[in-house]
Amino acid sequence: MIHSLFLINSSGDIFLEKHWKSVVSRSVCDYFFEAQERATEAENVPPVIPTPHHYLLSVYRHKIFFVAVIQTEVPPLFVIEFLHRVVDTFQDYFGVCSEPVIKDNVVVVYEVLEEMLDNGFPLATESNILKELIKPPTILRTVVNTITGSTNVGDQLPTGQLSVVPWRRTGVKYTNNEAYFDVIEEIDAIIDKSGSTITAEIQGVIDACVKLTGMPDLTLSFMNPRLLDDVSFHPCVRFKRWESERILSFIPPDGNFRLLSYHVSAQNLVAIPVYVKHNISFRDSSSLGRFEITVGPKQTMGKTIEGVIVTSQMPKGVLNMSLTPSQGTHTFDPVTKMLSWDVGKINPQKLPSLKGTMSLQAGASKPDENPTINLHFKIQQLAISGVPRSLHSKTF
Amino acid sequence: MTDSKYFTTTKKGEIFELKAELNSDKKEKKKEAVKKVIASMTVGKDVSALFPDVVNCMQTDNLELKKLVYLYLMNYAKSQPDMAIMAVNTFVKDCEDPNPLIRALAVRTMGCIRVDKITEYLCEPLRKCLKDEDPYVRKTAAVCVAKLHDINAQLVEDQGFLDTLKDLISDSNPMVVANAVAALSEIAESHPSSNLLDLNPQSINKLLTALNECTEWGQIFILDCLANYTPKDDREAQSICERVTPRLSHANSAVVLSAVKVLMKFMEMLSKDLDYYGTLLKKLAPPLVTLLSAEPELQYVALRNINLIVQKRPEILKHEMKVFFVKYNDPIYVKLEKLDIMIRLASQANIAQVLAELKEYATEVDVDFVRKAVRAIGRCAIKVEQSAERCVSTLLDLIQTKVNYVVQEAIVVIKDIFRKYPNKYESVIATLCENLDSLDEPEARAAMIWIVGEYAERIDNADELLESFLEGFHDESTQVQLQLLTAIVKLFLKKPTETQELVQQVLSLATQDSDNPDLRDRGYIYWRLLSTDPVAAKEVVLAEKPLISEETDLIEPTLLDELICYIGTLASVYHKPPSAFVEGGRGVVHKSLPPRTASNESTESPETAPAGAPSGEQPDVIPTQGDLLGDLLNLDLGPPVSGPPLATSSVQMGAVDLLGGGLDSLMGDEPEGIGGPNFVAPPAAAVPANLGATMGSGLSDLFDLTSGVGTLSGSYVAPKAVWLPAMKAKGLEISGTFTRQVGSISMDLQLTNKALQVMTDFAIQFNRNSFGLAPAAPLQVHAPLSPNQTVEISLPLNTVGSVMKMEPLNNLQVAVKNNIDVFYFSTLYPLHILFVEDGKMDRQMFLATWKDIPNENEAQFQIRDCPLNAEAGRPGGNKNAGSTGEWAHKALFILFAPR
Repeated sequence: MIHSLFLINSSGDIFLEKHWKSVVSRSVCDYFFEAQERATEAENVPPVIPTPHHYLLSVYRHKIFFVAVIQTEVPPLFVIEFLHRVVDTFQDYFGVCSEPVIKDNVVVVYEVLEEMLDNGFPLATESNILKELIKPPTILRTVVNTITGSTNVGDQLPTGQLSVVPWRRTGVKYTNNEAYFDVIEEIDAIIDKSGSTITAEIQGVIDACVKLTGMPDLTLSFMNPRLLDDVSFHPCVRFKRWESERILSFIPPDGNFRLLSYHVSAQNLVAIPVYVKHNISFRDSSSLGRFEITVGPKQTMGKTIEGVIVTSQMPKGVLNMSLTPSQGTHTFDPVTKMLSWDVGKINPQKLPSLKGTMSLQAGASKPDENPTINLHFKIQQLAISGVPRSLHSKTF
Repeated sequence: MTDSKYFTTTKKGEIFELKAELNSDKKEKKKEAVKKVIASMTVGKDVSALFPDVVNCMQTDNLELKKLVYLYLMNYAKSQPDMAIMAVNTFVKDCEDPNPLIRALAVRTMGCIRVDKITEYLCEPLRKCLKDEDPYVRKTAAVCVAKLHDINAQLVEDQGFLDTLKDLISDSNPMVVANAVAALSEIAESHPSSNLLDLNPQSINKLLTALNECTEWGQIFILDCLANYTPKDDREAQSICERVTPRLSHANSAVVLSAVKVLMKFMEMLSKDLDYYGTLLKKLAPPLVTLLSAEPELQYVALRNINLIVQKRPEILKHEMKVFFVKYNDPIYVKLEKLDIMIRLASQANIAQVLAELKEYATEVDVDFVRKAVRAIGRCAIKVEQSAERCVSTLLDLIQTKVNYVVQEAIVVIKDIFRKYPNKYESVIATLCENLDSLDEPEARAAMIWIVGEYAERIDNADELLESFLEGFHDESTQVQLQLLTAIVKLFLKKPTETQELVQQVLSLATQDSDNPDLRDRGYIYWRLLSTDPVAAKEVVLAEKPLISEETDLIEPTLLDELICYIGTLASVYHKPPSAFVEGGRGVVHKSLPPRTASNESTESPETAPAGAPSGEQPDVIPTQGDLLGDLLNLDLGPPVSGPPLATSSVQMGAVDLLGGGLDSLMGDEPEGIGGPNFVAPPAAAVPANLGATMGSGLSDLFDLTSGVGTLSGSYVAPKAVWLPAMKAKGLEISGTFTRQVGSISMDLQLTNKALQVMTDFAIQFNRNSFGLAPAAPLQVHAPLSPNQTVEISLPLNTVGSVMKMEPLNNLQVAVKNNIDVFYFSTLYPLHILFVEDGKMDRQMFLATWKDIPNENEAQFQIRDCPLNAEAGRPGGNKNAGSTGEWAHKALFILFAPR
């Protein structure tokens, strides 16, 4: 089981250690540092590192390495999942998860870690329960605590911990009962130069914020449930009902949580809502090339496309680019050959474009690879897969 | 007002100051002081000097203060065991507290204090807490048993906590069940032999019920535990699978993977015609795909496991090729894994897509990744024959890029393609030759030289090319030198007239100027071959090479099956069985997939069916080359042949010859005096039994037994038993038995190749044994044994080998060699195979012989409860029984010999 946890910042200092069994010397992290040195970037540090007596499993989030030390055969996914849960909990408690914040709240961090794991076995990882055991620090509470002498530590056994619905505490009361659901969908698509889609997949999540009194039992049905062939649910969802009726029925946790995440593969895909027109040409003899791209909307059902950012890795032969955008700002880094253009919103009446010339290395032959163009964009209130919920009823 | 203020005071009198604050009357001040102490502790400062003062703060109603003190205690109790005793009273008192939270906290903390004196006091409160009315306390106590076991295993057993823990598996609260399972699994890990988790259909049912209700972490423990269970038939397997499948939709990827493990394992038992089998296959794909959209670290572990799953059951993910396409922002470790899986999934249907993708990767920035991508193209060509042409043209395109490492990598893989499809793509040689100068890596140079040598007759200036390499012969790496030597010899054999000088030069370089024995030996072999018999040289050097196949990089099926049982564990990440890397070689239980069992069969043999391997019949494999075996192997059995392709043929031939000669000589050289033949008594005159009818009637019975039995047919033959399981012999499984047919003994062997590669060059040898058993002829396996093929061989034996008393007497140690390795096993042979058929003597002679045996050798005992089976009890069942006297002689000798 999980033996110890080390928190290491990007400059390689161990700034927090916690042991759940006997103390493991921090020199075990030297193996980690070795691996870190070998990897060119922080992201490339391998997640599982064997050492003579231990195994180090790490995740890298918020520029902090969370390194767990294990000694026996433990499912690595279990450890990695747990580490991610630790990060999520910190974020939940302190708003951000960063080295200064963790140092500022070191006692709470320590108490929380102690609650989360006992002898390496997860004890309480639901934020609802943790918050009942150890209340998150707020300015108001700090003030109250100093005056009254009360503490951040709850002295009652969390009510939800042992019930059939461990994610929800009892006795929740709200004056305004409300529930919000956010459907967030990301498309990953690769489109070839003629505009046809090579691959596309949709990764979607439904995040909920439920503030309801008592023990509400909710049902949620979908317009097009057969699209959701590949889903993973929050433990509160009754799986049987979903299997038989394709209806989500659940007692929600209190507050924010991720209700489900789903995956829609390419076969079911509707059109990509954006297109890019490009005209990039290099000539063999000349040291100049032409560059022109235009971005435009396609089937957005009247919604605006925002936050458009175009990035492109130019071939090595390109020395510099002189471009004029019709809107937004652009930069070209001559070292990494990365062109980036922050477009902003797309106005369908006046399509944004970026035009100009590229100067190429003199004498070099024309680059044979075509630059790839990466396009990031956001559309509010449009679910591309067409799965959003249609009906939402409550029963108490 | 943040905790960072606790870090700030680093003045000299800090400890002193803290001490004063800890002893302050004000609660608030005390708490602040303890917080400061904890803060110093977390960054590794030593604050153990404050121990008594901190422990004094323990008696408090303030829960936060109590928790902080407990945190401190866990860290420092070990360094101050005497003072830690001071805390015991408070712990014991807290264990009686009305608040379950405090009870649980006390028992939990006490378990974390690794001090012997304290653990003694822990037993009573722990026993109470294990039976506490509050499930929260019970579940904490369950974990505490595991903690205690880690500190003092004997104590836990003596106090009977293990039984209490087992009872908790039937607890009403799912959380308690999950924790009990987790604790038991951890304890069981250090005690592999003890049958702690005694799984039976009832307890499985309880676990499955708890599975639905406990937390995600508990689900992982329960699923891992379920995976160790072997259902008794396919119906039970199916019903467990049905109840586990909902877990595939869990948000926690560890739960998903553990569920996949259970399903993969139990699927083995389901019949493929079952509808449910197909449904299950379909259900497995989406969750695996979903794992790939998680964080990169999770993806990595998932991919390593998918790699195994794809090898075991490629049908699950065969339509999901696209999800394994590399994303530009994947970390390198994810990219490399995806590449590997892409090749495994490549088939004729999707090869165009894959190749386009791979070609794209080959133009990436990361050198390692590019190399692997180029190599992947080569592997595709070898795997999917129809795509070979396209792969070659893709590789040629890549060579045109002139990027140095791409070109080198491409040449290495093209060499493999030539091996797989000889005489098909020679047209590309010209292009390859253009890049000769840019090659600087040994592997690429060696590959290029091989190509030039192999196709020397089609390259006009082959001699010039090879000559250019020869100039810097001494600076090349061994790999290139060996390859160059062979290539030039090939060239000479193909164009003898023009290249005589060149071959002289290389042979003298290799034999006279080189320090490398491999190179020298090869040089001499060629030299001698060329000088004595050029025709033979041609046959050897230009021999047809065995084709390479796409399966070379697959995991051995036996290992794969074992790894499937370890999905989701570290073993699956490293693709090694846990025994290969688990610390300290703690007894590791080998897991194996359950055999397919239909429900109707199981009713007949419920006990034997579920057991993965028949443990009783398994012969003991001699683990290492012990002293006993020293003389068995005093001849060179030939190393596993893995030299460069050209040399293989000659080396293999050599090995066979060596071995044959060695075997003969070993059999011929029998020590004088105790050689076998001396003791095979000269055939006694076969006197008809009725001649001696006047003798005692008791004896006649004995003789009558044999009288009706002809000596023409063979004797009783035991069924074949597995002597050498495939797992212990790199895929070679040997089963066999001993028979005696008309005066000759033979060993009937059944060799099964369960590995992926072809096995050749079989040979067998016995160690010296009690009766001088030795093979009478070499082991004849005529054709190479291809994967999954089985051959039956009857090996004649004689008893002329050298004699050494074995324990037990009929123990026989055997070495079997093939082109992969040498394997050792031992087996017991039935004594009756040694009895000669003509050992019949007349009564007088028998009695005389009997009397000759000195009295001190007689022992009398009664045989009780000796169940005779039908076979042995039937008269004549054992047809060689006539020669008891003969055998007695031999036994006598054996017993006397050591004195």
